[in-house]
Amino acid sequence: MADNTINQNKAWSGGDIPFKASYGKLMMWFFLVSDALTFSGFLCAYGFMRFKYSNVWPVADEVFTHFPFLKGEYPMLFVALMTFILIMSSVTMVLAVNEGHKNNKNKVILWLGLTILGGFTFLGSQAWEWGHFIHGDKGGIELPNHDIIHVVDSDAHFYSIYDMVGVDSYSENININIDDIKLALSTNDVFGIRLSDKTILRGEKAINQLNDAKVVLGANLIRNEYGHQLFYFITGFHGFHVFSGVILLIIIFINVIKGVYEKRGHYEMVEKVGLYWHFVDLVWVFVFTFFYLV
Amino acid sequence: MSEQSGTWWIWRVFWILLVVTAVEVILGIIKPEVLINNSLLGTSLLNLIFIILTIIKAAYIVMEFMHLGDEVKGLKLSILLPAIILIPYLMFILLNEGHYIFGVL
Repeated sequence: MADNTINQNKAWSGGDIPFKASYGKLMMWFFLVSDALTFSGFLCAYGFMRFKYSNVWPVADEVFTHFPFLKGEYPMLFVALMTFILIMSSVTMVLAVNEGHKNNKNKVILWLGLTILGGFTFLGSQAWEWGHFIHGDKGGIELPNHDIIHVVDSDAHFYSIYDMVGVDSYSENININIDDIKLALSTNDVFGIRLSDKTILRGEKAINQLNDAKVVLGANLIRNEYGHQLFYFITGFHGFHVFSGVILLIIIFINVIKGVYEKRGHYEMVEKVGLYWHFVDLVWVFVFTFFYLV
Repeated sequence: MSEQSGTWWIWRVFWILLVVTAVEVILGIIKPEVLINNSLLGTSLLNLIFIILTIIKAAYIVMEFMHLGDEVKGLKLSILLPAIILIPYLMFILLNEGHYIFGVL
């Protein structure tokens, strides 16, 4: 620690430690401030889209109902699990930093290793979720005015197009066109369509709305079965942060094993990467709320 | 700093984060009618509860896990003030504008 009485007149020109934080830690904090503002910009743009298209915006717990290896509807459970994994990996990260303060090499290796494992599990979960949505979960219909609308069952709940026309969503060569939907609507009056103003039409009225409409299954760079949204953009940017965090963790994990920080006498590098890792968790806390809850 | 005195504080924060997340998920699944049908500040009470709980979680992560609570006042302010001033400002402008465009579309 610098002695204030000696360096009193030389602050910021060398010799002093601004904010009593090391150079690396300070710069990591300022990078995180700028990254936080970047994410805020994206999330505010998302908020803008939601307010602009507030009538056509999909309802989160009708959308996020999937769970790997399980059929049926499990609203929120998978994302709750992902959140738990990320919180848990944040906890193992703090434990690693904590052991680093005590120069306890083997414990640092243990907790860092578990953090990396948590990071990979989270990335895997996100890849699975993306894959699921890109392939197509329930399907949508694009009207000629570009509104994306959905099919509903007798209780007016969002229903799967695949189930409606009786096709397994993971079978080969799926080809569902608008006539299949019209046929299902005309033969079975439990089905209906929900327009963007939330009115529900069944039978003839519904079929008349579907002239020149297109079936949208899954998502690509042009169309998405849920319509306007920044889901892939923002969760993708977050996932990219998780990925680079895992890479940084692996680098310092190798350095810890090689004894680089032991020789240096302190584990501050673990602390700095820890700051980044907690920031990734922090961003997810907001992404979780604004995409999956609100 | 409580750091040297063991790891209990880490697990305390862990339980707080876990319980708050569990409350959010449960509220998100059952969606109580009272909270959805009553609104304040232009959004439902349920959404406001979600946002408040999110800020509580964020505060625990930043202050405890990232040790910002242990840094000197100047560092705390230079990190928190830009976020506290700029983010609500941008949010206000964009959400307001989005709502207006929805009205005239």
